[in-house]
Amino acid sequence: MTVGIVLVSHSPAVAGSVAELASELAGPSVAIRPAGGTDDGRFGTSIELIAGAVNAADSGDGVCVIMDMGSSVLTSKTLLEDLEDEDGGPVVRLADAPFTEGAVAAAVLASTGQGLDAVVDSAEQAWSMRKL
Amino acid sequence: MAFDAQTATAWITASEAAVKADEARLTSLDAAIGDGDHGANMARGLAAASTNIAERAPSTPGDVLVAAGRGIVAKTGGASGPLYGSAFRRAGKALGDAASVEAPVLGAALEAALTAIKELGGANEGDKTMVDALTPAVAAFQAVAADGGPIAAAAAAAADAAEQGLSATVPLQARKGRASYLGPRSIGHEDPGAASTTLILRALAEVTA
Repeated sequence: MTVGIVLVSHSPAVAGSVAELASELAGPSVAIRPAGGTDDGRFGTSIELIAGAVNAADSGDGVCVIMDMGSSVLTSKTLLEDLEDEDGGPVVRLADAPFTEGAVAAAVLASTGQGLDAVVDSAEQAWSMRKL
Repeated sequence: MAFDAQTATAWITASEAAVKADEARLTSLDAAIGDGDHGANMARGLAAASTNIAERAPSTPGDVLVAAGRGIVAKTGGASGPLYGSAFRRAGKALGDAASVEAPVLGAALEAALTAIKELGGANEGDKTMVDALTPAVAAFQAVAADGGPIAAAAAAAADAAEQGLSATVPLQARKGRASYLGPRSIGHEDPGAASTTLILRALAEVTA
């Protein structure tokens, strides 16, 4: 079992493509689910889509959620508050991370079987991975 | 008059009508410094709020506001969804199980809404957001309520204070949301979130008058 990853973007295409990229680099053992756009396919965010992706990505080891910006962050925070009011739901943490780099860092570490806190840390450390 | 489930429902209905009537203005404010979808998003979110209230038929004002908040969170699509949705839900929870409340309790619920928005979005006064309209509005509502004034007077004072807060966002530079990327170019425009907050508070004044 591995930590699941959910990618929340305003754009369905961005969430889907980054999920595809991270899956390619992490291998098939990690469940990575995109939650892009609204429930009727527009640009924006949907709490129902995010909740559905979280449930689909969870295999019992928890889910790391990575957001792009703005309403992606606010909607994910709202979902987290809702989940805290429920019993028995998936364990979810939000990573404060750059979207693409954080998704890859989280997915690669998750593929090694590390726990949720380590996966979130890996995503957040992507801020300090300089490119030049 | 006291604030009961019927008044709370009327508030959401009036807010929906006000936002629909001013949808083009909200969108043009947002097109200047945001992504130009605030009018449509607010109309969609408040329509979902009304639908959710109609389906659940809540019997207390607290449950009406919680149902409204859930509809807004589910369907708005932009940052205003979680912000207004959390605000209405937190206000509804603050009202508890009471069948009707007077001005001091409604004032405390509005303060809970403001706290929810500040916690979720991380904005403070002066950041050019809905907080700049809601903060003076809550203070004005509570000042009237503390003097023993009725809800109608408190809500009218809150709406007036929100309008002043909205005007005061014009010279501010945005520090939250898409507009913050514009830096000094965000100066000279009303904040769309402060504008929709003002409409919603004016709707409260109208239905309680």
